[in-house]
Amino acid sequence: LSMPREIPREDGRPKWDNKFQYILSCIGFAVGLGNVWRFPYLCQIHGGGAFLIPYFIALLFEGIPLLHLELALGQCLRKGSISAWNTISPYLGGVGIASWMVSVLVSLYYNTVLTWVMWYFINSFQEPLPWSTCPLNENRTGLNEECYESTAVNYFWYRKTLNITPDVTESGTLQWWLILCLAACWAIVYLCTIRGIETTGKAIYVTAIFPYLVLTIFLIQGLTLPGATEGLAYLFTPNLNTLKNPRVWLDAATQIFFSLSLAFGGLIAFSSYNPPKNDCEKDAVTVAIVNSVTSLYASIPVFSVLGFKATTAYWDCLDRNIINIINEFDLPEESIMRQNYTAWMSLLNLSYPEKIAGLKLKSCDLQEFLDQSVSGTGLAFIIFTQAIILMPGSQAWAILFFIMLFSLGLSSMFGNIEGVFTPLLELRVISNSIPKELLSGVICLICFLIALCFTLGSGSYWIDIFDSYAGSVPLLVIAFFEVIGVAYIYKIQRFSKDVKWMTGRKLSLYWQITWRFISPLLLLIVFMAFITLQIQKPPSYAAWNPKYEGFPMKEEKTYPSWVQAICVLLAVLPCVFVPLVALFHLIQQMRRSKDPSFVPPEVFSRQGATN
Amino acid sequence: YVWDANEEYLFKAVVAFAMRRYSRKSTTQISNVLLCNVTDRVSFWFVVTDSSENVSTVPGSEVEAAIRMNRNRINSAFLLSDRTLQFLKITSTLSPPVEPSTPVWLIVFGVVLCLIVAGIVFLIVAGIRQRKKKNKESTKRENLEEKGEVTVAVENGIPCETLDLKAGHVNGVFAADDERFTSL
Repeated sequence: LSMPREIPREDGRPKWDNKFQYILSCIGFAVGLGNVWRFPYLCQIHGGGAFLIPYFIALLFEGIPLLHLELALGQCLRKGSISAWNTISPYLGGVGIASWMVSVLVSLYYNTVLTWVMWYFINSFQEPLPWSTCPLNENRTGLNEECYESTAVNYFWYRKTLNITPDVTESGTLQWWLILCLAACWAIVYLCTIRGIETTGKAIYVTAIFPYLVLTIFLIQGLTLPGATEGLAYLFTPNLNTLKNPRVWLDAATQIFFSLSLAFGGLIAFSSYNPPKNDCEKDAVTVAIVNSVTSLYASIPVFSVLGFKATTAYWDCLDRNIINIINEFDLPEESIMRQNYTAWMSLLNLSYPEKIAGLKLKSCDLQEFLDQSVSGTGLAFIIFTQAIILMPGSQAWAILFFIMLFSLGLSSMFGNIEGVFTPLLELRVISNSIPKELLSGVICLICFLIALCFTLGSGSYWIDIFDSYAGSVPLLVIAFFEVIGVAYIYKIQRFSKDVKWMTGRKLSLYWQITWRFISPLLLLIVFMAFITLQIQKPPSYAAWNPKYEGFPMKEEKTYPSWVQAICVLLAVLPCVFVPLVALFHLIQQMRRSKDPSFVPPEVFSRQGATN
Repeated sequence: YVWDANEEYLFKAVVAFAMRRYSRKSTTQISNVLLCNVTDRVSFWFVVTDSSENVSTVPGSEVEAAIRMNRNRINSAFLLSDRTLQFLKITSTLSPPVEPSTPVWLIVFGVVLCLIVAGIVFLIVAGIRQRKKKNKESTKRENLEEKGEVTVAVENGIPCETLDLKAGHVNGVFAADDERFTSL
């Protein structure tokens, strides 16, 4: 019993100007900051080229099927996430509300990351770059102590940008410079999403294509840097032994899942603006493959630059040792070079071991420098900025780099905001009375006011909390219920018929098997493994505390109980809507079945879907 | 460049110059500066003698002060810097970094914000104008339809119902002429 098929009339629903805009929007949503600063890190710590094997298996059995499911769902029902899931079944309405909630929570903190990017961008116009030197202390006798003990780059990030407090419970004050940048970022988001996809569709041409240009420029430049080949060899040398560790498979599955931005409702919103007869199968495969190829493409310049940085640090270490030795033994200039350093060291160790020991030379090991791997904000704001100082023409590289990060993040924000905006537009209470510009303005204003919390001194700790708890577990739960809902409640035969009507081809066996069995099973396993790993150790965080004895190492602290309660709340709040709404409808159904004059509501919802 | 006797001569000259500037006596000669223990590393000890007082050496603190005062002249004579030309026991004072009166980032931020606000205002105004045009078009269409209805019922400015009911007289010339028509 599939829905009777009719060509829908012109219903005044906005639509994409052309297919390219739609594909570009989906790609822009999927390709985000994680492609640049999470994937290369995972590749590096999980055995280089060997990581690609679990990554592609996860892409094949989890990423592409779920992506196709969401795009087909949105296109077929032509509604945002809340209304779409209400249409599938009123008991599944909670899934739509859950993904709406997650989109709201993620939009809040994601734009604050963009605020940091914008702050670095506007600081890149200064000569010399402000993160290249330490400021002086009060009485001008030396460098600022905090900066001297760590590095200038660390100081600029932790003190000048975040003004971070040593503990998550100490909120500190609002940082006015971050508030300014946050206002500017939300103004940009408002400017681009002011009329929904009419405006984001134009903006996406720039924000989705520009990062590829910059990545190419960085690729060419990175490959010419000294030490680039060491970095690339380090990244891609496969170490197949790592595949025995189940953690690697879990990381691959979660990376693919979060990288494709599934379960946010944004993809459903995007595809709901499509004409119904559109090949969503090809779109899904295209978007998934472009996303993975972009991750690979981005890791090449990232690792060239990291290899360059490690090599420069290694040479600095060697040079410092050489100067010490030359000074001690009064040897002529340029007698010891980097090439014959080891030969000289062995010679001197044999002849004057006490003197050499007295010098307290640091052992310089290139592998050690290459091993210092970081992901996330540390990669962009600490490591990359340090490498940029060493490049000639650092302002230009810094400006390019931060505009690229900003575009990557902005195109993902469009998807998040669409996931919030489209369902609200469809609530009958709102759509007729309020113009679109006002609704998007109100959304942006409310999000800006709430996100002011993240500009406090402890803001970056809270962003880590939101990222780990609101942006991870609920998505897995939502995706699981999405697949189960479509495969078993809506029934796969009906969905196959709908997809066949849209694409013109019968659903191949691959989709049938993955939607029915493999993807739900994989999601369940990933969810269990994720939860198990989280529960095993008490949640802790690394705090930047200048008064810590081990400074500049970060201090490991555990979250106090009220913060842990908030973490659990963030993870549970979106998920709880799924059973709540189902329960609500069940109770309504039971109450109505006792009263025989009422027609069951399912009939109405089916009819509602055909209009 | 290679360190040879000429460079040593230049060094002596520069130190003498520094001593002259510091103590404002014009008595220090190049021959008053003595170098010893020159090594391949190019490191050596030097003393400044005072020829006016029975060939005694100038106290180290004076020499240090003199060199500290003229450090950048000494550096530039040798095309070196504080890092590459080291005087042991004379640490260099750090120069504060140049800070412009308005931080550069504030200017850039102002430019960016102006662009964004201009864009938002433009889009909102365009949206309002578009909506007004749409409203005007739809009201114009409605007005046209209304006018059409009214014109049908008016003939020469006189409404038809009044013609029928009140002021009409039957015109006998036309009305009673049944015989003029040929019968079928």
